[in-house]
Amino acid sequence: MKILSRSYLFIVFALLYAPILILVVFSFNEGGSLSAYTGFSLRWYRELFHDQVALQSLKNSFMLAIGSSVLATTIGTFAALGLDRMRHRYLRSAINSVTNIPMMNPDIVTGVSMMLLFVALGGMMGAGDVLGKWTMLIAHTTFSLPYVILSVLPRFKQFDKTLREAALDLGCTPAQSFFKVELPAIVPGVLSGFVMAFTLSLDDFVISHFVSSPDFQTLPLYIYNQTAHNVKYSMYALCTLIIVTILVLLLTVNFAGNMGERTKRKKEAVK
Amino acid sequence: MKDKRSLLEKAAAVPHVVWIVLFILGPLLFVLYFAFTDTRGNFSFSNIQLLSSYSHIFFLSICFALVATAFCLLIGYPLAFVMARAKPSTQKLLMLLLMLPMWISLLIRTYSLMTLLDNGGLVNSVLVAMGLEPITVVGTGGAVILGMVYDFLPYMVLPIYTSMSKLDKRYLEAAADLGCNPFQTLFRVVLPLTVPGIVSGVTMVFVPSISTFYISQKLGGGNFDLIGDTIERQFKYASTYHIGAAISLVMMILILISIAVMNRFSDGDGEEMIV
Amino acid sequence: MKKYFVFCLVLVLLCLLVALFCSCSGKETVTLYVYNWGEYISDGSEDSLDVNAAFEEWYEKTYHKRVKVNYSTYSSNEDMYAKLSSGAANYDIVVPSDYMIARMIDEGLLRPLNMENIPNAAYIDYSAMFGNGLPYYDPTYAYSVPYTYGTVGIIYNKTMVDEEDLGTWDIMWNEKYTGNVLQFNNSRDAFATALFKLGYSVNTEDEAQWREALALLMEQKPIVQGYVMDEIFNKMENGSAAIAPYYAGDFFTMYDDNPDLGFSYPREGTNVFVDAMCIPTSSKNPEIAELYINFMLSREAAIANAEYMCYASPNSLVVNDPEYRAYMSDIHPDALEILYGTTGLKLEFYQNLPEERLMLLNSLWEDLKIESPINTAIIVMAGAVLGGCVGIGVFFAVRARKRRRIVSTLWQ
Repeated sequence: MKILSRSYLFIVFALLYAPILILVVFSFNEGGSLSAYTGFSLRWYRELFHDQVALQSLKNSFMLAIGSSVLATTIGTFAALGLDRMRHRYLRSAINSVTNIPMMNPDIVTGVSMMLLFVALGGMMGAGDVLGKWTMLIAHTTFSLPYVILSVLPRFKQFDKTLREAALDLGCTPAQSFFKVELPAIVPGVLSGFVMAFTLSLDDFVISHFVSSPDFQTLPLYIYNQTAHNVKYSMYALCTLIIVTILVLLLTVNFAGNMGERTKRKKEAVK
Repeated sequence: MKDKRSLLEKAAAVPHVVWIVLFILGPLLFVLYFAFTDTRGNFSFSNIQLLSSYSHIFFLSICFALVATAFCLLIGYPLAFVMARAKPSTQKLLMLLLMLPMWISLLIRTYSLMTLLDNGGLVNSVLVAMGLEPITVVGTGGAVILGMVYDFLPYMVLPIYTSMSKLDKRYLEAAADLGCNPFQTLFRVVLPLTVPGIVSGVTMVFVPSISTFYISQKLGGGNFDLIGDTIERQFKYASTYHIGAAISLVMMILILISIAVMNRFSDGDGEEMIV
Repeated sequence: MKKYFVFCLVLVLLCLLVALFCSCSGKETVTLYVYNWGEYISDGSEDSLDVNAAFEEWYEKTYHKRVKVNYSTYSSNEDMYAKLSSGAANYDIVVPSDYMIARMIDEGLLRPLNMENIPNAAYIDYSAMFGNGLPYYDPTYAYSVPYTYGTVGIIYNKTMVDEEDLGTWDIMWNEKYTGNVLQFNNSRDAFATALFKLGYSVNTEDEAQWREALALLMEQKPIVQGYVMDEIFNKMENGSAAIAPYYAGDFFTMYDDNPDLGFSYPREGTNVFVDAMCIPTSSKNPEIAELYINFMLSREAAIANAEYMCYASPNSLVVNDPEYRAYMSDIHPDALEILYGTTGLKLEFYQNLPEERLMLLNSLWEDLKIESPINTAIIVMAGAVLGGCVGIGVFFAVRARKRRRIVSTLWQ
């Protein structure tokens, strides 16, 4: 039984990792082919660092991820506060369900609907082509919002209300009690929301595909263009670097719990 | 009663509400608007009527997504089971291994799978070198299913694993005490208790499978037009937004219905199902 | 007195500041926005010349001012047109294909060039492209300077294809090669292959001929391995497909990686295109743009580009250059013949199709694409899955009801 389950684990993980490993191995290939390994070389890494477009998209990706996650975290944290204090039950659940729409909808529908909005509004204002970095920022903020709220809201719920009253009794203004007492307690939730928004934004392809324009390319879009065209093998080098970065990140920060939470949240949202 | 909430507390959600109305509800309204108007902006049902010529695309996509989801469940459930029974330290490692591919862009994973399986790819080179017949994978329906299973398997395993690790071990002991063999325990106790995990796993695999376009483009060689491909083409290449909006609308409704059905299924909750 | 002194001091300082600013703005960098096809310029990779950097350097050396080339790319004429006509972005240089140039001139999107700034345009050899005719898209030579031109042909894998099947579009419909044929994933080019095979014009006005082409493409569907664009490179290079229609210039890139590949022109005729450099009306720096065009036509830059892209160059400085000829012959023995020996072929340019013809083409393409092969195994499996789900659901529902009944009877 034990051997059976061990070998099952091994087979599934081997299959899961085979394409990734091949990619890593062939990024060190001397020749430009995926079917024959001709020798070790760092040639593709050198070319990658001379590829202005790739470096620019990496920069764009990070700028967008920072911008959208800061925006989403700010709006989302205040929204969670507001939702926590909200009196109308129906209003609250209405806001909640609207917020969760991007999480349940397939990405392509979210992307397409945003594209329609931007294109139609742009047409009305006579601006013609409005797609670009601002539309990307809006779209990324929108789809990260539910994840931020879902990681912050429980913190508000768990927060001991008597502490706030104590602060008020001791002479704090409501604003002071919020910033000095309540905010520090919810910081972990805000941080994990921020990290989630950041990674979601870095990783997103489908929504960006629809709301972007060629002059603002993020890394996933660059990879898409590469795979749709003649693949430069420096892309394998790029992917290997990404994989290594992720591995290091995952190992240092224990993302395990985080990811589990993300799934759980998605699960809750689906319900 | 006096409203004791501060202005900050009352107004905190306002930016968010404005934002979601503008950028979540607004876009959906535009989908509705485009789906029910023609190119000149007049109200019309012509897009919806045109959908009948796309019916077999919907059929095909649903078939692909169903089969891929079933395979994910068949492979993922035992995997989660084995993982949940491993030593805690091993569990952590396995979780890490499972999650690493999720953080790597789907594009990269799909593309490397394609290059691996292509007619002139590594698998076929090895087969030919071993004196075997090369196999054609890329461009077939099987390849599309394989890609979906490969890409979305972790989404199936994680929720099932989570619900399994939350499982109260005393249930299993009780089952064993009452004379269940391990297989009976699995089918009569563990399986019903992990239904919520299964349901969320199924939705998390089914939704991206039915709406994918990258997997079918790469692994299906452009031969299989799924809903995702059709929508993408309307918006990125043909600029026929109206019909694209109609297709998106129908897909959205389809998915919302299936999620509702799935949740109904899981509401009949686990404990009742224990034999 | 003291007041006056302070006042003067402030004035002098202000003047200095202004002067400083002026000199700064004098040295300020001008940005030249270039919008070109992807992979369509020598960019410095693999030891080639970085043409844009070379232009910046040359400009600074000659005019003692700095210019920065902002280079972005598009993947279709239509993308570029949409971007430009919307007025959302200002470009100084665009490189549309022939039919798109005609349309853009018609719509007033292009600015006539000041040929005094482009003396190198004299090296353009129009006769190689148009024989004795005029460039149909720009008959007065006023708006455009050709950058490259090229033809579509059939790229094949010698180890998989019989020689006697070559030289005709029929090879793409030959059942012998089922599963090994690639087709364009772009309506205009895919329909062109069928129209050429039928012997019709690719710009035909006759709806029936378009429909006939669609029928032919439908017939081809079971033979086709995939509908692809630039993925052709990888698929042909690693031997995943045997036959693909593509541009002659790109053939050499593929041949470089896989010497089993060959190239043949179909005798029924094929498509020819010219991509030419133009300056949009909205350009803010037309003079610098003209200098850029002129620079691209200079010997060194033009040769670097021609060697990098491997497309045919309209520039006589390039074509007659022994070094270039040796380089190309080194890549492929017949390279010059394939690129420049096109006079005996039946070649046809795309014309700009009228709106309703484009709509027809779109809807025919849609018909072709949504016609998916029926995959019985998958449908059967899906049916089984669905049946299983319903079965389990019914089973539990029935059992739950039964149990409730038992419980309620026990209770009473």
